[in-house]
Amino acid sequence: MEHYNMNLTLKVWKQKNTKAGGSFETYQVKDISSEMSFLEMFDVLNEQLITEGKDPIAFDHDCREGICGMCSMYIDGRAHGPWTKNTVCQLHMRAFKDGDTIVVEPWRSAAFPVIKDLIVDRGAFDRIMQAGGFISVNTGNAVDANALPIDKKDADTAFNAASCIGCGACVAACKNSSAMLFVSAKVSQLALLPQGQPERESRVLNMVAQMDKEGFGNCTNTYACEAECPKGISVSNIARMNREYLKAGLSTEE
Amino acid sequence: MTWKHFFTSSIGKKLIMGLTGLFLIVFLIVHVGVNSCIFVNDGGETFNAAAHFMSHNWILRIMEIGLFAGLLLHIIQGLLLWKKNNAARPVKYSVNAANANSKWYSRSMGLLGTLLLFFLVIHVSKFFVDTKIALYADGGANDASHNLYNAMKEEFQTWWVVVIYVLGVISLFWHLLHGFQSAFQTLGINHKRYTPIIKAIGVGYTIIVCILFALMPISFYLGWID
Repeated sequence: MEHYNMNLTLKVWKQKNTKAGGSFETYQVKDISSEMSFLEMFDVLNEQLITEGKDPIAFDHDCREGICGMCSMYIDGRAHGPWTKNTVCQLHMRAFKDGDTIVVEPWRSAAFPVIKDLIVDRGAFDRIMQAGGFISVNTGNAVDANALPIDKKDADTAFNAASCIGCGACVAACKNSSAMLFVSAKVSQLALLPQGQPERESRVLNMVAQMDKEGFGNCTNTYACEAECPKGISVSNIARMNREYLKAGLSTEE
Repeated sequence: MTWKHFFTSSIGKKLIMGLTGLFLIVFLIVHVGVNSCIFVNDGGETFNAAAHFMSHNWILRIMEIGLFAGLLLHIIQGLLLWKKNNAARPVKYSVNAANANSKWYSRSMGLLGTLLLFFLVIHVSKFFVDTKIALYADGGANDASHNLYNAMKEEFQTWWVVVIYVLGVISLFWHLLHGFQSAFQTLGINHKRYTPIIKAIGVGYTIIVCILFALMPISFYLGWID
C-alpha cells in the first residue's frame, strides 16, 4: 500500500470531569503518516498541545495491539471508527484522506460516565463480572488437558464468546445503550463449559440483575452491537442468555 | 426471585414484548382472513356472515378481552421501554452513522408502534365501536340491520381515509418486518438452521398480510369490488 502524508482537522470532545458539561474543540494536525495508528496520531497531537502549553486530550489506551479493550473512541459516528472487527488502536490512518475532518467522541451511555475528555468509567462492566462472571474452583496445579472431555463445538463456541475484550463498543453502538452482548458473551462462555455448571443458574440471574441496576438500556435486537464489535461476538450469545435466564428464572425456588 | 422481579428485569420485559407481539401476529392472521372475505365480491354476503360469527360467538368474545389485554400490555410495555432506553443515553452523539450497523426500521420500533397506535385509535373508532353499539345499544335492536360491509364500503369512498389506512399498513409493514424475527431471538431461538427459515417466514408473512390489508381500502375506493 502506498504511503502518504495528510493534514487533518479533528473535532474532539473535551470535558473537564464527570460533572462538567463538555464541548467540541477543533484541532489541526499536519504531516500525519498513513502508516500511523489512530492513537499515534493522537500522540502527535498531544505532543503538539503540550509544546504549546495547552491541555492534552485524555484518552484510554494500553496494549495497542487490539486485545486489552481499553481504547474507546466513537469516530465519525462509529464505535472504534470506520473499519469493522477492529479496535481504535488497530485503526490506521490510511483509513482517512488528506483534508478530512474527523469527529471523535467518547462512548455515550448513562452507565459509562465520562471521567475526562474521551475516557469513560467502565466500572459497570467490572461490577457485572463481580456479580457472577467467575467459577468457584480451587487454584492449584493445572489439570491435564484431556481430563475433562469437552465437545469441540462447545469449546469453540465458548472460546468465541470468551474473545470479548470488554471494551464497551456494543453499549456505545446500541441505540438503547444496552449491555446485552457483553453480558451474554460472559454468560455463554461459562455456561458452555463443565467448569461453569455449579453457578450456572445464579450466574445469569445475578449478572442480569446487576446489568439492570447499572442503568443500561434494554435490547431491541437491532444487532448494531454485533456489527460494531471488534471481536465479532455473535448475537446468538444474546439468544443463549435469554434461554439461560428463562430457564433459571422459571425454575429457581429462591 | 419473585415473579415481579422476573417480569420487570430487562429480559423479562423483552419476553413480554415478544410474547404479546407473537400473539398479535397470530391475531392478524385471523383478522386478515376474515376481512379477505370481501374479495369474494358477492356484495358482502360472505364477509358479513364471517363478521357476524366473529362478533356473536361467545368463545371469540371472551378471547376478544384477551386480545385487548395483550394489545394494551404490548403498547404500555413498549412505551415504557422507549422511555427507559432513551434515558440510558442522556447525552446523544453529535455524529452517529447508525445506518452502517443496523436497519432504520429496527431502530424505529417505538416510532412505528406509536404511528400504529394513532392508526388503531382511528380504526377502532370507525368500525369496532359501531359494531359494538349495534350489538349492545337498545338491547341489540340494530344488530340485525348492522351491515359492516356497507359501512366499510362507505368509509373507503373518502380519499383521505384510504390514505390513512395505507399509511397505517406501511407502518405495520416495517414494524412486523423487524418484530416477527425479533420475537424469536427474544425467546432464545437463534439457530443456524432454523433462524433463516424463521426470517423467511417473517418476511413472507409481513408482505402477504400487509398487501391484503392495503388492498381492502384501495379496492373499495377504486371500485374493484362492490
